[in-house]
Amino acid sequence: MAGSTARVPVAKTYKIYIGGKFPRTESGRYFALNSSDGSVIANVCRGSRKDFRNSVVAARSAFGGWSAASAYLRGQILYRIAELLEGRNEQFVGELVLQGISRRKAKKEVEASIDRLIYYAGWSDKYQQIFSAVNPVSSAHFNFSVLEPTGVVSLLAPDESSLLGLVSNIAPIIVGGNTCVVLASEQLPLCAISFAEVLHASDVPGGVVNILTGYREELTDQFASHMDVNAVVFCDGDSEVARNVQEKAADNVKRVLARFDNDWTTDAGQSPYLINETQETKTTWHPIGS
Amino acid sequence: MSTESTKLAFNDGWQYAPAPESTDHIRIDDQYGLFINGEFVEPESDRYFETVNPATEQTLSSVALASGADVDRAVKAARKAYSGAWSKMSASDRGKYIYRIARILQERAREFATIESLDGGKPIRESRDIDIPLAAAHFFYYAGWADKLEYAFPGRRPVSLGVAGQIIPWNFPLLMAAWKIAPALACGNTVVLKPAETTPLTAMKLAEVIRDAELPPGVVNIITGAGDTGAEIVNHPDVNKVAFTGSTEVGKIIQRSLAGTDKKYTLELGGKAANIIFADAAIDEAVEGIVNGIFFNQGHVCCAGSRLFVQESVAEEVVHKLRERMETLIVGDPLDKNTDIGAINSAAQLETIESYLKIGQDEGAEMYQSSCSVPGQGYWCRPTIFTGVSQSNRIVQDEIFGPVLAIQTFRTLEEGLTKANNTPYGLSGGVWTDKGAKIFKMTQQIRAGVIWANTFNKFDPTSPFGGYKESGVGREGGLHGLGAYLKLET
Repeated sequence: MAGSTARVPVAKTYKIYIGGKFPRTESGRYFALNSSDGSVIANVCRGSRKDFRNSVVAARSAFGGWSAASAYLRGQILYRIAELLEGRNEQFVGELVLQGISRRKAKKEVEASIDRLIYYAGWSDKYQQIFSAVNPVSSAHFNFSVLEPTGVVSLLAPDESSLLGLVSNIAPIIVGGNTCVVLASEQLPLCAISFAEVLHASDVPGGVVNILTGYREELTDQFASHMDVNAVVFCDGDSEVARNVQEKAADNVKRVLARFDNDWTTDAGQSPYLINETQETKTTWHPIGS
Repeated sequence: MSTESTKLAFNDGWQYAPAPESTDHIRIDDQYGLFINGEFVEPESDRYFETVNPATEQTLSSVALASGADVDRAVKAARKAYSGAWSKMSASDRGKYIYRIARILQERAREFATIESLDGGKPIRESRDIDIPLAAAHFFYYAGWADKLEYAFPGRRPVSLGVAGQIIPWNFPLLMAAWKIAPALACGNTVVLKPAETTPLTAMKLAEVIRDAELPPGVVNIITGAGDTGAEIVNHPDVNKVAFTGSTEVGKIIQRSLAGTDKKYTLELGGKAANIIFADAAIDEAVEGIVNGIFFNQGHVCCAGSRLFVQESVAEEVVHKLRERMETLIVGDPLDKNTDIGAINSAAQLETIESYLKIGQDEGAEMYQSSCSVPGQGYWCRPTIFTGVSQSNRIVQDEIFGPVLAIQTFRTLEEGLTKANNTPYGLSGGVWTDKGAKIFKMTQQIRAGVIWANTFNKFDPTSPFGGYKESGVGREGGLHGLGAYLKLET
């Protein structure tokens, strides 16, 4: 309009991330994310159980290729994620601010997330050297134990952290060759979807990370009970939630990892033991002789 | 057993068209100073020496000759950086600087590969696909260790040593620089590095990379010179750690001169690896392994499979196939993408190799060389094998460091093992058999630091490398390579 100087910005549609694509939820539902003054920031997809099942299919089909990728390649890709996140630093700070976090805290959270990715990129070709073993068995056999990824991991990301908690849990899962289906923070969901865009541009194969938004109460049971998921990670709740997840997980003997007390904001929130938690140990016997 | 020709004849009469790597994208200065305290400076003596393209005998550039005073300047810069910026920095930030080096090397990889082939004579296919990518990978690998050292040494507190003096050879110039610098920095040390006098250029380009990565001045210093400069580094009183890769002869001199000091040291020295072919091996693959073992990088490889042991029942077949395979090897322009074997690194090395060819024949061994042509200019040696050799022949005992293979036979596993271990060296070995149990028997019994089974000359940043016996002390690469650059306190 003549005389007006203010440009009308284009708002972003936050969609979910399944198999390397960004569909809307198949259910067509949404929930509104409001800012502190009550205005609507975004209409976020309210992901469904069907979305979750589709995600598990995508994660399972990505598992073969991703788990077979060399440790060096996985490390390079994690490093690349960090590079791209660094490039979009301001975008994420802005999104955190939009969700009510102070600019100072937001900046710190984004920087810590980048550094966390670098930290785990470095572990890609090292955790094996820490946790594997050559076993001095008494017979004439060469016997060794190595780690292999558990498989498809479902992750209920920390609710109080939009980006850092998410990154701190996804990185150790995928650096070890697993694929995952993630439910983003319900109260702070925006960064998860923007992070999916970063993953998408970082040579992470489609399906390795799948990210849904939606209601925890609605989806937790699915995350815990799905028969083609090998491990479930959850970070919030109480002993009642834990008991429920444990019980559902028993349907196919999932590894259950409750991470209630982890402080993701400090170095205590990163460790090769978190990688080890979604790994299996495989031991091979081979005869020695002529 | 048939030893009829197995050659495919469909390409008779066809020639490979030249496929030279372009050099128009690279920049080599006429002269390089010493990289001390983050900048290129003139040597105190004002003396320079030339570095030559061994494929053309033309001068590529001249580099500074560092004297004792220059070494002292470099060590002082390294000490200052060690007690200052580098040790005050968080480990994860140190890691980020090393990652930067890795990334810039990847970005400039083709330039480095081209210069490596120009300065050292190795085929572009090797510098492009092996040397440079592996060098970048080493920086990546050790960058990640910087903030994770406590996990590598349970029950101990890893502490950096101080200033590391590092002397590297001419066979893998940039790769050896990476093997030395990356773990030293990751462990929190600072560095004075001297490349070999015939191959200084990629080290000077690496100095540019380190400058562009904005490492604090003095963390890495790169100075050029010959043996005397190296001795000045080894004997400098403020050097805490010496890392040397080179001949066993010089290694012994260094070990002696370090006696009575508290300097820590690692030595990667010579080798005379046994490559052992059992009758049950996949023979065609084994022949490829023999070729890779001895002709890779013109045989300028400390872990080269320079002693071949073939089980008697297949010896005739293996040698026959090997000769035919040798006929297909292309010797010539290192920058040509079709070249298999490039130029011998220097006139002096060519002279050494040729003296051994004569010794071998004088000792009564039968020499066979491929019939390929070699260029008129430059330093060249055709792929060469000797048969009819005995354990006491000098071409079996001495490291020749050229494309020269000594072939012997054996009947039983025990005989093969005994012969293989009959050497003062113990760097590497190769075993070819389709029996897994035999592989592990052999890897258990061969007295060497790296054993390749049904493969040869494989390297990876995660995999430790280093020798038994007179092939050296310590390991480089992998988790084990960290120990060489740390004090482990309780």
